[in-house]
Amino acid sequence: MSIVVREVEKAFDATPVLRGVSLEIPDGELVALLGPSGCGKTTLLRIIAGLESADAGEVRHDGEDVSARSARERNVGVVFQHYALFRHMTVEENVAFALRVRRRPRAQVAARVAELLRLVQLEGLKGRYPQQLSGGQRQRVALARALATEPRILLLDEPFGALDARVRQELRRWLRRLHDELHVTSVFVTHDQEEAFEVADRVVLMNAGRVEQVGTPAQVFEEPASAFVMRFLGAVNAFKGWVEGDRAFVSGLDLELVAPASAAHRARAHVFVRPHELDVHRAPVPGSFAANVDRVLPLGAAVRIELSAPGFGGMVEAELDVRRSEALALAPGDAVHLSPRRVRVFPSREDELDSLTASGL
Amino acid sequence: MSAAARRGVLPGFGLSTGFTVLYLCLVVLVPLSAVALRSSSLGWQEAWKVVASPRALASYRLSFGASLLAAAANVVFGGLVAWVLARYRFPGRAFVDALVDLPFALPTAVSGIALTAVYGPTGFIGRHLEAAGVRVAFSPLGVTLALTFIGLPFVIRTLQPVLEDLDPEVEEAAAVLGASRWETFRHVLLPALVPAATTGFALAFARGLGEYGSIVFISGNMPMRTEIAPLLVMTRLEQFDYAGAAALATVLLLASFVLLLTINRLQAWTRTRAGAA
Repeated sequence: MSIVVREVEKAFDATPVLRGVSLEIPDGELVALLGPSGCGKTTLLRIIAGLESADAGEVRHDGEDVSARSARERNVGVVFQHYALFRHMTVEENVAFALRVRRRPRAQVAARVAELLRLVQLEGLKGRYPQQLSGGQRQRVALARALATEPRILLLDEPFGALDARVRQELRRWLRRLHDELHVTSVFVTHDQEEAFEVADRVVLMNAGRVEQVGTPAQVFEEPASAFVMRFLGAVNAFKGWVEGDRAFVSGLDLELVAPASAAHRARAHVFVRPHELDVHRAPVPGSFAANVDRVLPLGAAVRIELSAPGFGGMVEAELDVRRSEALALAPGDAVHLSPRRVRVFPSREDELDSLTASGL
Repeated sequence: MSAAARRGVLPGFGLSTGFTVLYLCLVVLVPLSAVALRSSSLGWQEAWKVVASPRALASYRLSFGASLLAAAANVVFGGLVAWVLARYRFPGRAFVDALVDLPFALPTAVSGIALTAVYGPTGFIGRHLEAAGVRVAFSPLGVTLALTFIGLPFVIRTLQPVLEDLDPEVEEAAAVLGASRWETFRHVLLPALVPAATTGFALAFARGLGEYGSIVFISGNMPMRTEIAPLLVMTRLEQFDYAGAAALATVLLLASFVLLLTINRLQAWTRTRAGAA
């Protein structure tokens, strides 16, 4: 079932949380709402679920306006952040709840519950209470419960937030496989870029109550639509500079742009270089700037170099593959030269709103 | 598991348990066994005559019946008050919240006089009830009313924190799964509240059994009709029949103990069912 969100506004006590959000999610897709805390992603999810009502705008499920329908009438599966399992009910009773309140015949309920427990691989634990389960198992019970009535939309609020790293990894893959099996239109909220990229078909980047960009993980990473997206996705070196035509200027350095910024006139701009798009040289090359190595951190397949470039706004980070790093044999204190391979520029705006800076990230 | 094995994990088991037992002995057990001992000076036959007399039996009936009824009423209506206090923010909430504790603080005799003044045949409310054929003061109904008044804070104060702790997500989950408000209450909220409600009930009931001060004013103390068991004990004492009083007290003691034990078991059972153990 497709979901359409059009110009949705929401404020809590005069504090705007969503400022005109529009979004289209095609049938069967798995979409991540990604953004820093306070960007409105959970509120948007709750509005789609019907747990919160929008101040303005509309929500359509399968083309039908559901704004007036309560959560109870929308038949949407929701997995809550803390699972919200019923503590006094066994796993089996939790999963059967939605069917029981719909007065389905007993045999049918039992068959469906067994099927769901098989799906989430918890057949052996149907008599347990939620307190007797691990975090990952509770998560799966919550999922089975949400899927009981075969909803055509599944909404998950920070589904892996409360789990430890290893379990989270496993559940992510498992959720992806489950989605490929069921093809239920799914939306999940996360603040973790890795999680969004690994699980979702498409990523919706949100910032300060607005949608900044929608695209596949590769699209949003390679072609960020705004300075916020650039900064939010992965490590990045940010410099303040100028842009004019297809050239950017930072502290006397003249850099060529791959995709020219849209500034015809000389304008203030944010200049970004990803650490892995920064070359390290022993000797100066055209378009390079001087820096000193502070630390060398091996990260497995790659090596992160922390440098200070006094003439270039302070701290800089570069990432090299192991072979290149070995060839250079860098040590703290070495004087090197850095040349950006790829530069992205976004003109500064006066009215920049940014959940990243607001939340102190 | 032996005490020695436990000591390794949590030190101080021996000392704290020793203190607990000693303290309970001095404060609770010794005075209570003195009661039982005192009554034994009567001899079985005489003791039986005292505790099984029709007047005594009627008083047990009233004491236990009224206490149970009052505790039950408190679970329902006190639950409602606790719900309102925990769920809604309204002007004057702090005032109402403080009001709840008043029956705790008031000397029970004052409560009794106040209730009699209001519900008595000439009282502010009693007058109209009397006209409608309902007699509150000097009837078992009055006893129940006084016990309801006394027991109310016990139920509210045990239920309120549990209600405040309930995760709103759980109710949202029930709604999303298609449950109506009533079904959510019946299947999701109520089971979570049962253990606390049982505790509140037990406390209110126990308090009701021992209550004396507020009832003697409103009940009229008519033998066989509105005489509560603690009053019967008091009457014996005033006649210097210490052994008789002790015999009655022993019966009350045993009955209360058995009832409280049952309620505690019931509570433990609901707790394991709720998975909170």
